[in-house]
Amino acid sequence: MRSQPLRLFRSELRLVFGRRRNQALLAVLSTAPILIGIAVRVSSPGGDGEGPAFLGQITQNGLFLAFTALTVTLPFFLPLSVAVVSGEAIAGEASSGTLRNLLVVPVDRTRLLLVKYASIVVFGLAAALVVWGVGLIVGLLLFPHGAVTLLSGTTVSFANALGRALLVALYVAAMLAGVGAIGAFFSTLTEVPMGAMAATAVLTIISEIVGAVPQVRVIWPYLFTTPWLAFGDLLRSPVPLHAMAIGLLTEGVYIALFLLLAWARLTTKDISS
Amino acid sequence: MPADPSPAIATRGLTKRFRSGQVAVDGIDLMVPRGCVYGFLGPNGSGKTTTIRMLLGLVSATEGEHELLGESMPAHAASVLPRVGALVEGPAFHPYLSGRANLMRLDAGDRSVAAAGAGRRVDEALERVGLAAAAGKRYRNYSLGMRQRLGLAGALLRPRDLLVLDEPTNGLDPQGTREVRTLVRELGAEGSTVFLSSHLLSEIEQVSTHVGVMSHGRLVFQGTLTALRQAAGVRVRVETTRPDEAAAVMRALGTGTTAVHATSGVTSSVVADLSDGDGTPVDTAQLVEQLVKAGVPVHEVVVERPDLEDLFVELTGEGFDVDQ
Repeated sequence: MRSQPLRLFRSELRLVFGRRRNQALLAVLSTAPILIGIAVRVSSPGGDGEGPAFLGQITQNGLFLAFTALTVTLPFFLPLSVAVVSGEAIAGEASSGTLRNLLVVPVDRTRLLLVKYASIVVFGLAAALVVWGVGLIVGLLLFPHGAVTLLSGTTVSFANALGRALLVALYVAAMLAGVGAIGAFFSTLTEVPMGAMAATAVLTIISEIVGAVPQVRVIWPYLFTTPWLAFGDLLRSPVPLHAMAIGLLTEGVYIALFLLLAWARLTTKDISS
Repeated sequence: MPADPSPAIATRGLTKRFRSGQVAVDGIDLMVPRGCVYGFLGPNGSGKTTTIRMLLGLVSATEGEHELLGESMPAHAASVLPRVGALVEGPAFHPYLSGRANLMRLDAGDRSVAAAGAGRRVDEALERVGLAAAAGKRYRNYSLGMRQRLGLAGALLRPRDLLVLDEPTNGLDPQGTREVRTLVRELGAEGSTVFLSSHLLSEIEQVSTHVGVMSHGRLVFQGTLTALRQAAGVRVRVETTRPDEAAAVMRALGTGTTAVHATSGVTSSVVADLSDGDGTPVDTAQLVEQLVKAGVPVHEVVVERPDLEDLFVELTGEGFDVDQ
């Protein structure tokens, strides 16, 4: 019958986005660009050279607030919210006992995993777009806009810059999809959603800590968090694609690996909850 | 009903050994004919729920195989499970969704039905279990009885050939229990096979045609309810002052196990199974006649029909120790 696979997916999206806690996560994320915007607006315009990337550019063009907000939330708040939603995915159904109901409907275990993962990816995209979108709106309200001077010094039209900004949000969403795959895997290991969420968040933070220790520089290329901030390249002209391509590849490998592990675990697991 | 010869449920040597080495289900051979109401009886912890989980493919069997509606499981789960409605170990739903939204979610997962009829299917199922009025209420605000009903509604989302209901009356008040009983009878009358688990004999006895009794992971009895009643055996107790002679007369007539119990006072009692298991039962009138002829003073003759409860306890053991 037509559109059957999408029915469960839609139901899953309703579950994820209908949940108060997840709505609260998105609301908290949206405060980041608002706070940064207000802080920059009320402070003196001469504070360049310190703070997160692009902070100095905000006063020249509001569009940069969207980039700054993504840069600020990407190391912690964004992966944390994806960890919450992905850790919940299977473990949440297991802890409430609803997993057994779905499986006897029957929902094939592979299909369930794919639907769950797809909705995690959508949530990650939504989270990135919320930060980006609110940053854009607040930025345009509080700061000047118009043609944008890129990091490389070239000036592009506002529409061009807007397109680049959207690509940044998509790149961030792809990075979050890596966190989501890890979370989905942890979620198949336990019936305690909090455990899976915490494990995912902790793994992300450990990866970031390791990524900040120069003595272990040799393993940096293998960390899933290393390529996250490569989206800054989108603000150069011409765009250097190398770092971002590596980033997408790294994330792709992590996604494939952890989804495979999750699949192997879920399809052989005894559902005793 | 189509004359399909394959049983609704058939298992051969179905076994579940947990990683801890504990054997939860020990080589059971279930045989559930089509169209029957099968009572799956056993104390808590006897392996009923693990068996049900294996039947539905939630838990993999360590050994043995099984078929549902003639199709081997879990290989054909995708084609056979849509025809099976199940309530496993009590209801489980998303607490912050309404009863109706919860059922819509289950319906959304079912690839065997068209999306178009979802609302109608859900409303009919809610109607059937008497939950239509509370359909929009959040599950977390449901009483235990309402939750149980919602679980049943989930099993009844579409017409099913087989219903597997694990303790469906758990937590229901007497009125609710009676409604579930009526529902099970209706489903049976409509031609569905109902596989009903319970630890309460009284519940099974009232609706079932067939019975399987589990104890410590083994299937210790399987057959029709009538056969179970017969297995319970009718016994006769004779009070007499000359018990040994009475016992001899009774054995000569073909009684089963015959034993003499000394009782306080003048008489002793001789207790015997009226049937030795494979012969026709001994006629009590004839027994008395023979006793009198043999000069045995008969003070009292009582025919004892042990109820199924006693047999159940006898089959499954009793006491407070939890089955492993």
